[in-house]
Amino acid sequence: MATEPAQRTSPPGPIGRRRAERLDRLAELAATPPDERGESLTRETLRRLRRSPMAMVGASIVLIFVVIALIGPLLTPPPSWLPLPLYSPIENVGLEQIRPGQIPGPSGDHWLGLDHLGRDELSRMLYGARQTLLVGVVATLIGFTAGAVIGGVAGAAYGLGGRIGRWIDSILMRFIDLLLAMPPLLLAFSVAAVLGRSLTAVMIAVGVAATPIFARLLRGSMIAQANRDYVLAATSLGVRRPRIVLSHVFPNSLAPVIVQATLTLATAIIEAAGLSFLGLGNPDSRWPEWGTMLAQAQAQLAVQPMLAVYPAIAIIITALGFTLLGEAMREALDPKLRR
Amino acid sequence: MTRFIIRRLLQVIPTLAALSVLLFIWLRRLPGGPDAALLGERATPEARAAIRERLGLDEPILVQYGRYMKDLLRLDFGVSTQTQQPVIDEFLIRFPGTVELAFTALAIAVGVGIPVGYLAARRRGGWLDNLVVSGSMVGICTPVFFLAFVLKWVFGEQLGWLPTFGRQSPGINATHVTNFFVLDGLLTREWDAAWDAFLHLLLPAIAVASIPFAVIVRMTRASVLEVLNEDYVRTAEAKGLTDRTIRGRHVLRNALLPVVTAIGVLAGALLSGAVLTETVFAFNGIGRFVYLAIQNADYPVLMAFIMFIALTFVTINLLVDISYSIIDPRVRVH
Amino acid sequence: MELTVSPTEGPLLAVSDLSVEFHRKGQRPVRAVDGVSFTVDAGEVVGLVGESGCGKSVTALAITGLLPQRGVRVGGQARFAGTDLLTLDRRSRRDLRGREIAMVFQDPISSLNPVVPVGVQVAEVLTRHRNMTRRQARSTAAELLDRVGIPDPQRRLKEYPHQLSGGMRQRALIAMAVACQPRLLIADEPTTALDVTIQAQILELLKELVQEIGTALIMITHDLGIVAGMCDRVNVLYAGRVVETADRRALFAHPHHPYTVGLLRSIPRLDGARGERLTPIPGSVRDLLPWQEGCAYAPRCTRRSEECLDGLPALVEEPDGRAYRCIHPERAGGPTRDTVRVGA
Repeated sequence: MATEPAQRTSPPGPIGRRRAERLDRLAELAATPPDERGESLTRETLRRLRRSPMAMVGASIVLIFVVIALIGPLLTPPPSWLPLPLYSPIENVGLEQIRPGQIPGPSGDHWLGLDHLGRDELSRMLYGARQTLLVGVVATLIGFTAGAVIGGVAGAAYGLGGRIGRWIDSILMRFIDLLLAMPPLLLAFSVAAVLGRSLTAVMIAVGVAATPIFARLLRGSMIAQANRDYVLAATSLGVRRPRIVLSHVFPNSLAPVIVQATLTLATAIIEAAGLSFLGLGNPDSRWPEWGTMLAQAQAQLAVQPMLAVYPAIAIIITALGFTLLGEAMREALDPKLRR
Repeated sequence: MTRFIIRRLLQVIPTLAALSVLLFIWLRRLPGGPDAALLGERATPEARAAIRERLGLDEPILVQYGRYMKDLLRLDFGVSTQTQQPVIDEFLIRFPGTVELAFTALAIAVGVGIPVGYLAARRRGGWLDNLVVSGSMVGICTPVFFLAFVLKWVFGEQLGWLPTFGRQSPGINATHVTNFFVLDGLLTREWDAAWDAFLHLLLPAIAVASIPFAVIVRMTRASVLEVLNEDYVRTAEAKGLTDRTIRGRHVLRNALLPVVTAIGVLAGALLSGAVLTETVFAFNGIGRFVYLAIQNADYPVLMAFIMFIALTFVTINLLVDISYSIIDPRVRVH
Repeated sequence: MELTVSPTEGPLLAVSDLSVEFHRKGQRPVRAVDGVSFTVDAGEVVGLVGESGCGKSVTALAITGLLPQRGVRVGGQARFAGTDLLTLDRRSRRDLRGREIAMVFQDPISSLNPVVPVGVQVAEVLTRHRNMTRRQARSTAAELLDRVGIPDPQRRLKEYPHQLSGGMRQRALIAMAVACQPRLLIADEPTTALDVTIQAQILELLKELVQEIGTALIMITHDLGIVAGMCDRVNVLYAGRVVETADRRALFAHPHHPYTVGLLRSIPRLDGARGERLTPIPGSVRDLLPWQEGCAYAPRCTRRSEECLDGLPALVEEPDGRAYRCIHPERAGGPTRDTVRVGA
């Protein structure tokens, strides 16, 4: 075959088109990190996760938590054909049993006892899972979105904008670094104090506190990817830029973000609980959320300490589940540990 | 070196300025208007008028901002609505308590954390190692204030080993010089007061230390594991040096570098922990004060606290940057 | 612990049937060293030659006791001045290291502690083994740095490794190694990470020191040029076994083992004809899997036959000190003739 100069633009005619396709496919193969089994990154990661006990435990916990969050509200109160001792989480069903200095513990009718307003603790715990999950997810989403925007802009400016672009990037990163220097709880505290006392304020505040991490992560990932050899190789082979970004840079940048999101979910729940404890959450304690429940249990500590223990253990286990899963994913993706 | 510091300081100023603007905007949008918010419940019409005058609320906004900044720079944050005392004074009274608490917690976290992390790394895969890895993960997932509850209930109320209320027992008559209670006791030679204050510090300090401890142990362990694989450790072994020399000069001196950089994170965890823990033990520090400020809508205090956090951690960040260049000769500005 | 010194009786170091097996969780054990034997006389320079992965470094680490304790099984003997190093307790081995047996490694920058001044790193060997005071150690360290050719040694004492050039770092490491005038020095690819011009200097330095101190030197390298320039005797390793041992001249003039032949032949020659093709050894050193029985080199050997796969070739020892493991060795006729006998 005669040697022809490599062309960047799409050549006319079917031959040219075929060549471009072949190049693209070649670039794809070249871009996939080499692995002796020739697996894709996702499949290999999933395989390693399946083997890791940490991942399995974490994933199981998360799964159970999500299931409870989804069906909890459906069971409280339970449909008539389900003979479970569950009630509506906001009804003071056992009010008559509450005396000053006395809150009944577990009994046949109430497996976890009552809370200080006579509501069934177990029902509140089951219902509260959903609200807790919501808090974690929303806060993480806020953090991720805001962080992705800032980090994405910074990374793009750095890569595409020349001198001005790099200047923009450094200004943004200076700001992000300062946010990072603040302890997340206190940062969230500041935001929540300003926004007022509501659960929404808490979610936004925790999300803001998580933003700098995502911003840093995404920007760093973008810049690192852009410099990777396989991108240079693909470019030199004639693969077009947007395709490189979409099929290679983006998926590879996604992995650490997923890991971080999982870890952030865990800390979001804990931070939200902390903020509630400090009095920044929703003062209305009717609809249960584990963090608020834990915070309000403080007042009953002398009378019925278990009211603090149930939500605390639930939070700890759930946060642990997400953390285990996140850490396991991080290990699975770490190229250094990849054989 | 000084040029480095000055440059970093200059980079910090825009953000602090931006923060002051944000707080200013927030101030003006507080419920009831800034005059009512700053005065709290005891807002008499005269007081409100006085405040309006002082803040220049009828003047153009830039003038208001100017006055606001002037006050800020003079560290005049107004008067606490709870105590009617200047905010800055209230802070200065309570700050030493929190510092004592944080310091004790840090001492515990470092003093126990580094050896444990080192041992876990040395005996990789042993029971200590596994305990450390799983324990630190659980520690990070436990809300600090719940840990405080547990400590208070177990060691305070059930076992009665340690005091759980306040900074000093009511019976003790202590003279306070610096408001660092333990230090005061030592300075005035009131040994029982010093000891009593110390005991009061222990439980809250353990609670506050939990997260820094988990962080330090994990970092030390990871860092030591990495360093143990380094070639220069192999060289040290090849030279036949003693275990102690290798551990001290070659392993730890390198392994602890990242831990030093984590001081910034640790300081954050310490202050957060203090804010969460002081209330549980009715420990009279900044944390508790702020908690009460939230409960009582004491905006001047809250604003001052936010500014305080920003300033503190910006400073710590800068100090860490500088110290790292001192400790690691490779980073030193050539 | 005092070692009985028997300088005139027998070799300084006698390694017999050394084997090293690595056990990793969930993987098959790997025999990095499989029955290696060689000797080193006092003051001699012995080469351990082979490609990467042939086990030469692991051999050295096993002898000095620097292999990790867990997951490693070491067999055989390594007699140093009469005492088997492999059966010594940890403390005694540690006492020997740095004082009687010293090592110089491959990569000078990573082999030096980055946060400790160079002077301290040299002096600590002296305070440890020669009981010097800090001041004595410091001045002796300066002398040592000077001896290894580092200019302005007083200043260097206070400098950090990253402030020195690659060659100077390696010199410093050599200074640390010879500080106590060890009887045996092991150099594991000491020049591989250095520039070519510096390589020659470092090798010169090693030669001088060896003669001056009278220390024996084990030179571990993959570079036959270095071997030719420095070693008195040579051991060629392949896949964890010694396949040929010979006096230097004899090895280069009449290599016996096909692997040695291949190595020598694959070196491009200045006086070769223009356009002459290079002759590499076909195949590659695979991962160290447990071999099926037989000669490890057989898969790549042009002279192999059925019998080569039957069992490990016996060690043939010739009276002039030559030894090799091959049932079809190259005879006199040299490396340029290629006799192929395959099959049947």
